[in-house]
Order: sequence, then structure tokens, then C-alpha cells
Amino acid sequence: MPDVKFTVDGKQLTAPAGTLLLEACKTAGIEIPAFCYYPGLSLQAACRMCVVRIEKMPKLQTACTTPVAEGMVVTSESPEIAQARKATLQLLLGNHPLDCPVCDAGGECELQDMTFKYGAADSFYAEPKNHREEQKWSPVVYFDRPRCILCYRCVRMCGEGMDVFALGIQNRGSSSVIAPNVPAQMSPDDLAHVDCEQCGMCIDACPVGALTSGTYRYKTRPWEMNHVSTICTHCGDGCKTTLGVRSTSDGSEIVRGDNRDKSGINNDFLCNKGRYAFDFANNEDRITQPLVRQPSGEMKPVSWEVAFDHVGKKFRELRDTRGGKSIGVIGSNRTTNEEAYLLQKFARTVLGTNNIDHHRTADYATFAHSLAGMTDRAASLKDTLTAPAIMILGGDPTIQAPATAWNIRTNVRNNRARLYIANASEIKLRRQAKAFAHIAPFSYGALASFIAGDDSAVDSLTHPGADAASFHNFRNAVRAEEQLLVLIGSDIRGGDLKRLLAFGTTMPNRKFALLSDYVNSRGAADMGLLPDLLPGHTTLAGNTTFAEYNAPSEPGLDMLEIFEAAGRGDLSALYVVGSNPVSRYGVDPSSLKNTFLVVQDMFLTETAALADVILPAANLYEKSGSVTNSYGDLQLVSKAGDRAGVRTDFEMIVRIADKMGANMRELIPFGKGPRGAGTHGDMGQSRGAHSGEADQHAVWLAANNMEPKLSPFDPFAILDEIQRLVPGYNLLRLQLLSGNDQHLQPAVSTANLVQISNRRDLVLPANDTLFTSGTLGRYSTMLSDLQHNESLRPPTGLTQIQTAAD
Amino acid sequence: MSTVANTIFSPETAARFDKLVTIYPLKRSALVPMLLYAQDEIGYISDAVVTEIAQRIDLLELDVHNVLSYYSMLRTKPAGKYNVQVCTNISCMLRGGYEILDHCKHKLGIGHKETTKDGVFSLEEVECIGACCWAPAIQINYDFHDDLTPDKVDVLFQMYRDGQGKDVK
Ligand code: SF4
Ligand code: SF4
Ligand code: SF4
Ligand code: FES
Ligand code: FES
Repeated sequence: MPDVKFTVDGKQLTAPAGTLLLEACKTAGIEIPAFCYYPGLSLQAACRMCVVRIEKMPKLQTACTTPVAEGMVVTSESPEIAQARKATLQLLLGNHPLDCPVCDAGGECELQDMTFKYGAADSFYAEPKNHREEQKWSPVVYFDRPRCILCYRCVRMCGEGMDVFALGIQNRGSSSVIAPNVPAQMSPDDLAHVDCEQCGMCIDACPVGALTSGTYRYKTRPWEMNHVSTICTHCGDGCKTTLGVRSTSDGSEIVRGDNRDKSGINNDFLCNKGRYAFDFANNEDRITQPLVRQPSGEMKPVSWEVAFDHVGKKFRELRDTRGGKSIGVIGSNRTTNEEAYLLQKFARTVLGTNNIDHHRTADYATFAHSLAGMTDRAASLKDTLTAPAIMILGGDPTIQAPATAWNIRTNVRNNRARLYIANASEIKLRRQAKAFAHIAPFSYGALASFIAGDDSAVDSLTHPGADAASFHNFRNAVRAEEQLLVLIGSDIRGGDLKRLLAFGTTMPNRKFALLSDYVNSRGAADMGLLPDLLPGHTTLAGNTTFAEYNAPSEPGLDMLEIFEAAGRGDLSALYVVGSNPVSRYGVDPSSLKNTFLVVQDMFLTETAALADVILPAANLYEKSGSVTNSYGDLQLVSKAGDRAGVRTDFEMIVRIADKMGANMRELIPFGKGPRGAGTHGDMGQSRGAHSGEADQHAVWLAANNMEPKLSPFDPFAILDEIQRLVPGYNLLRLQLLSGNDQHLQPAVSTANLVQISNRRDLVLPANDTLFTSGTLGRYSTMLSDLQHNESLRPPTGLTQIQTAAD
Repeated sequence: MSTVANTIFSPETAARFDKLVTIYPLKRSALVPMLLYAQDEIGYISDAVVTEIAQRIDLLELDVHNVLSYYSMLRTKPAGKYNVQVCTNISCMLRGGYEILDHCKHKLGIGHKETTKDGVFSLEEVECIGACCWAPAIQINYDFHDDLTPDKVDVLFQMYRDGQGKDVK
């Protein structure tokens, strides 16, 4: 849109026509107070805080609803305006409890800030205050009616933003009240509740402390916490979440998760897991001492030194007597890239085995190989917010990748993006879809073929609810789109995925993303936690990139084969890092009885219960490094919480390798060594292209009382190697260290591209929902509470009901 | 024939609702008239009324509650057989509207928005009912009585008790 010129407070400004005055001022650094306005939601003009004087208009105007116009002359602050805002505040405070000293929002409250600014401390209103008791709407959403200033942000956030419509407004005038969708008279406990997705977005949007969260309320004050920006450990979207931490006697405890600076790829959004499900870290059941099984069968707490010694000796002895091929390694979807990389390098170069795998939640190998040699074909999470047209094949982003779903809803609502969905279930996002193709159960293979142009596949898609014509119409509409973002659920993999991408990449302006389940599912695959592929999905045979590994050239055993080998008695040792395969794959515990099992975990999981050695591990919120989300967006993980008695997986791998007598400088390029930085502290000088750049990494190390690059426990030493060797990970270091996301394109080197179509399909979607998160989720009290809360109502909750047809 | 199976309304009202949804550009615009007709027939807006109306115009029950709670003339509890609405707006107030209201309260032994034990009368204080020229005025169900004094009110109540009052809804 063409720019218009206007004047605010004597300053000449320009903004695209149609921009709201309030937004235009914000861009120009002029703050206009606003309670009811929320960017991206519909306009309400309910609070009158944003009033400004516009020349030639008779009364004060609301800046939140007035678009800028050519020649407009605006005054944003004047005694008249201050008086008007003060009067508004006096009215709001007329029934406000002013319990700031105990209110969660105290210190972060927009009403407090405005009262401070406009000085409405004295009030003409002497009416008695209308008190109501606080209400618990769900385990995570609490409502304090007296604090509410009726801005309706929560109502619009829940309806428009979340497409849940769980909040309404009842009564009128000063007795108006925000009401949840399960009224007291319909509730078994005679109390009002919300039947909703429990995302907490309403709480986030609330400018005051009227909506508060079950995890945080009355626990602390904002200024008493340290705030650490890091990445949510749950789904594959990888939202930035800000963790509020406080010191405790045994470390530092996470008390709050929220989205303070809104600077991440998730913009405004966080789902309930990113916001509340950090509490597993504070769980009482965490293991905080290394445990070693005694001849009697009992687990005995030992010192770290004893534990590492024992593991190192055993691993070395088993490798030397029974060969590396008798050892298996299982990695994690929730460790950092650096840890995943180090683990596979340790397996391949120290243990001498390719028997390494992880719980695969999407087929990234096929994805990477299908897009090899192409540019601009892999989408970023950011694209979901801007793409003019999006197609989703399989999956259910609303519950599996909530930030993706949020972006898509926002894109449809604000940019009129066209959404196409093909799914065997009637997923909730179909409500935003322009076209929904309801395919027959178990027909994703046929769907991939049909979309790729095979008309004969349509027969497998049809069912009494959908005829062949409907699928043809769907495909025609999608093909007619000039630009299309294709999101692929984990239902499509292997040959199907390959066919789909082979066809899709022949069309111009198509971008793709493959959705997976956990924070670093993509990173785990990219870092080579696979028996047949090295980091960067590099095939073993004929590879030159990783020649320095001298790794065995034969593919190793995959997840299932490892346990089969154990059952046959052929597996001498198994090293499990942050994974619970015994439960996930239903492994018979007795099959592991002749295997020396070492488990690094936070909890006594089904797998850990069988271990010979348990090493208590730190979780993603207690370490630093990087992770890669489903889309290939790389982000920085920063240490927030801390727990005495646990160590990072990185440190544990290093110490075990050391105890095995490995050449540490070959394993980790630190300090002086063949690939290390030299004797001096590396302040960024030795990073090839980055030579001489100021390096925040050094600052980070100093802040953590470590020596820059002189320590083998520094994950960024391994990042150097990842950057040097792994195709596709030619990342920008400064971008990473500044806490910004960056999109990585998969870059399998085409030189050694070989057929990988005969790979066994080992993808096992986690099928997590909004209220589960694998084994980890079982240790989150809040998620358990929410599951229980859900179980109180029939599964056909109100949230899937069709809403107003307009 | 109603478009809703197992409707809780009479065939006439159900037919009227079927028609109502068709005459507005947006279905949901039929909400307020539906609530009024439903109240006339059922006596109040019960949960079942909310459910059926929500279903008829594709709204969430929460949306129906939002609107319902906005209007004081819509009630969610049964009223008496005869709902006495006493005006205390300016004209009536100047001509003794509050006296009439107090008299009604005393006579019936109930307060604002309450119902007598026998369920015959309920009482409500309301805003102007458009009978200012003959203030003070009250409305019993849809029937108007004006130029009142406490004595005239006694006569009226007796008349209704004896079953001689109009019973228009
Ligand atoms: S879904 Fe629930 S938690 Fe999320 S905005 Fe709506 S009411 Fe709030
Ligand atoms: S609860 Fe908060 S967000 Fe909702 S209307 Fe009240 S003040 Fe606004
Ligand atoms: S959408 Fe995914 S990454 Fe974001 S907060 Fe929720 S679980 Fe975490
Ligand atoms: S922000 Fe403009 S009226 Fe509320
Ligand atoms: S003021 Fe009572 S009828 Fe108008």
C-alpha cells in the first residue's frame, strides 16, 4: 500500500495507508497507552486509554481504531489527553482491589504502569467495591474478577487466536464479567470451569492480574527471578520460552515459563507445555546420585568418579573382548545437537560401532535426500505465518505442533491465507481450511501418490463421506496455487514421502516441511544418531567428509535390531542417553539380562530400572547448546535451572570416553590438539571464516566460570566441528549466540548420494497430545493434572463444537 | 415440522423458529427474538432452551449465555403465573411509583425478582414501560394497569387471584 504522510507531536511520519495510528506511532517510537488493543486481534475500542487529539476532529479519537490518513495532524500527549486518560483510570480503579502487593502481575502490570504515569492515585469514587472470590477455572487458569478491567483481550485471544471460544462476557455495564464456557450449574462441583486447550494465552494477554496461572500464582515476584530465554523441550516446533528461575538450596528452580520478549519464532505464542510443563525439572523423584548395580542386584549410590570409572572400564573391556559391534547406543530427541553429535562420534570412533539409533518420529533421512542439491525448498516455521497458501497432509498441528497451528490460524485470519487439508481425521484446523479432503483411514500412501499425479490412487481415498470428484477438486485447487507451503505429518514417510517430494519439487514455488514430535527430533537425525547415516544424512559408503572418523563402513544395527541382538545374547553393552526404549518399543526386560546397560536419565524410567549403571542427567533447561526444530530452524539453548547432583549428557559422554582412554583431543577439538584451537583461549580467532569476530561465546563461558575453549566440556568446541563437517550446518555463529533463530537447508552432499529407499520404516510417531509429552511428560505434575482435568469431561468437549457460521 | 428433532417447543413455536432463522442475513441475528418467544412459552430461559437455541443458530451455548445475561428482561428462573412489573422511572417515580413498589412488596411478601410461595405472583422493578401519561403504571404479564394507587393495586391483585385477570403472555 502507498505510504501516507502525517504529523504526530510535530514530527513528520510516514506509514503505509491503512496502518493504525497506534501502530504507526509505535514504529516511530511514540508510545500510546492501550489496554484493549492487542496486535493481530480484532479491534475493540473498549478502554479509551489510547485517545489522542486529531486536528479537525471534534473529540478525542481512539488511536487503536483510526487508520493514518494523508495530512493528519495528531497530538499524542497534552494536558487534555492526560486528563482524559486519568479519568479513565479513575473509573477503572473505582472497582479495582489494588492488591498489587500480592498480585502476580505486580511489577509487570499495565494498569499499574499507567496509574503511575498518569497519577490517578486520588479517586472521586467512594462506592463500595464489588468483591468476588477468585475462581479456579482449570488447574492452570485462575480468574480474579475484581482485578479485571474488561478489556476483552482474553475473550478475543481465546476465540480468534486459539479458535477455542471458551471465554465469554456476561451481564453488562459495571457488572460485566468474563465467563468461562462451563457454567457453575453445568459442573459437577458447582463451580465454573473452562473446557479448553489450556494454552494460557488468555493469561499472557491479560494486561492486569485478573487471569493468573496455576503454576506461578502467588509464588514470587517478577523482579525476584532471573529470566532466561531458551527453547521449549516439548514438541518439534521449538518455541522460545523465557524461564523465570530462583535460587534454591540445591540449585535453581524454574518457577515460571512465559513468553516475555516475544522475540522468538513463536512470536506471541506458547502452548500449555511451553508455559507450564517445565515442572518435571523440579520433580522430587529426580535421580541425583549415580547408581551402580551391586552383585546382590541392588542399586547403590556411588561417587561420580566410581561410576565413570566402572562404566569406562566395562565399555573398554567389552569393546576389546567382544568387539565394538557388540555394543549398542541409543540417543535422544531432547538432547542438544552438540550432545547428539558427540554421542554418535563417541559410538563410531571410541566404541567403534555403527549400532546407534534414536526414537525416530519422522523420516528426515528421506526428506533430506529428496531435497538434496536444491535450494529454497525447505520451509521455516516462519513461513507458516506468511505463506499465501498452505497444504497440510496428515498430522494434527493443533495438538502435535501447536505453534504451527497458531501461525496458520493467524495467517488465515489476518492475511487470508488459503489452507488446504487432507487428513483421515477431522482435525480441528479444518475449520480454517478452504478445502478439506477427508481421506479414508490408512490411505496416506495413496494420498501421496494421488497428490503426486497418480489418478488411480483415488480409489483408496474414497469412502462413503467423500467421492473421487472431491479429491480431484482438492488437487486442482492446490495445483492452481502459485506459491504453496506443504506441511507433511509423520504419517507420510519412506517411499511415499519420496514420491511426494519428487513430484512436489518439480513444481515451482513449493516449499516443504516435515513435522516431528520433540524439540530435537530433527537435530537427532541431522546429527547422525542413525545406524546407516553419518551426520548430515551422509551415507556410510563412499563418504569422504567423515574420513577422519575411521568409522566402520558397514551400517550398524537399528533400534529394533539392537534389542533383537540383546535377546540373542549378542549385545554386550547398551548405552542409552535420554531415551526410554524399553517402554516405547515394549522391549521384554529379560532380553537385556546379559547386556551391560548404562542409562543417562533424570528419572527411574522403565529402561533405567533395568540398568547396571544410572547416571543422573540434566535436562534441556539445565544446559547450553543448540537445537534444530522440525523445520530446520536452529536455535540457542541456554541454561536456566540447575540441580545439584546431575550432569549434562555432554559432560558424561566426555568423562566416559576419558575413562576409556580415548584421545580426548580427537574427540573434542579443544585446547591444544590436532583440531583444537591451540594453547591460547579461543576468543573466536580460530573459527575459519569467523576469524577475528567478537565472540559472545567467550562471554558466555566467562559468565559460567569456565575457561574459553580450554575445556573439553564446552559444547561449542563440538559446534566448531559440526560447523566444519556436517552438511547443511554452515551456521552463522553470531546469529546463534544472539539468541536468534536461523533456517538451515538440508544439504546432503550429492557426491555420495546413494539409494536409500530400501531403508526399513522405523518411524514411530509419538502421538503426543496437548497434555502428554512422552516419558518426560509423565513426570510433569501439571500435565498429569491437566490430563485428569480432561478426564472429568466427555471427550467430545465443547472446544470442537462448530462455531458461529459467519 | 420442526427442523430440530425432539424440540422442546410447541409445534407453533418450533415452526416460528424455523422461519426466524431464514429471515436474517446471519442466522445468529435470530437469537434475541428466539429468546423472547422461548421465555413466553416456557416461562423462563432454561438450560434446555439455551441448548436448543444454540443448536438452531450454530452458536456455542456460551454465546447464548453472553447475550441472555445482558438483558434484564430475560430470566433464567421461573417467574410467577402473573409477573408484576412496577415502573419506577421518572414519570412514575414523581407520581408515586416507589410507593406502589413498596406496597406490592409488602402485599405479596416478596422483593425484586422474587416469586410468591404459591407461585401465583412474581415482582420486578422495571424501567419505563411507555405508559408515562398515565403514571404510575405497572404491567402484569403483557397487560397494562395505570393511574394506580395502593388501593387500586389491592383490587387488581384480588382480581388476578380470583382468576379474572387477563392471562396474555
Ligand atoms: S484455550 Fe483456555 S487457556 Fe487458552 S486462551 Fe482459551 S481459555 Fe485461555
Ligand atoms: S480478564 Fe484480563 S484480559 Fe480478560 S477482560 Fe479482564 S483484564 Fe482483560
Ligand atoms: S508449541 Fe511446541 S515448542 Fe511451542 S510451547 Fe508448545 S510444546 Fe513447546
Ligand atoms: S486501546 Fe484504544 S480503546 Fe482500548
Ligand atoms: S416512567 Fe413509568 S411508564 Fe414511563
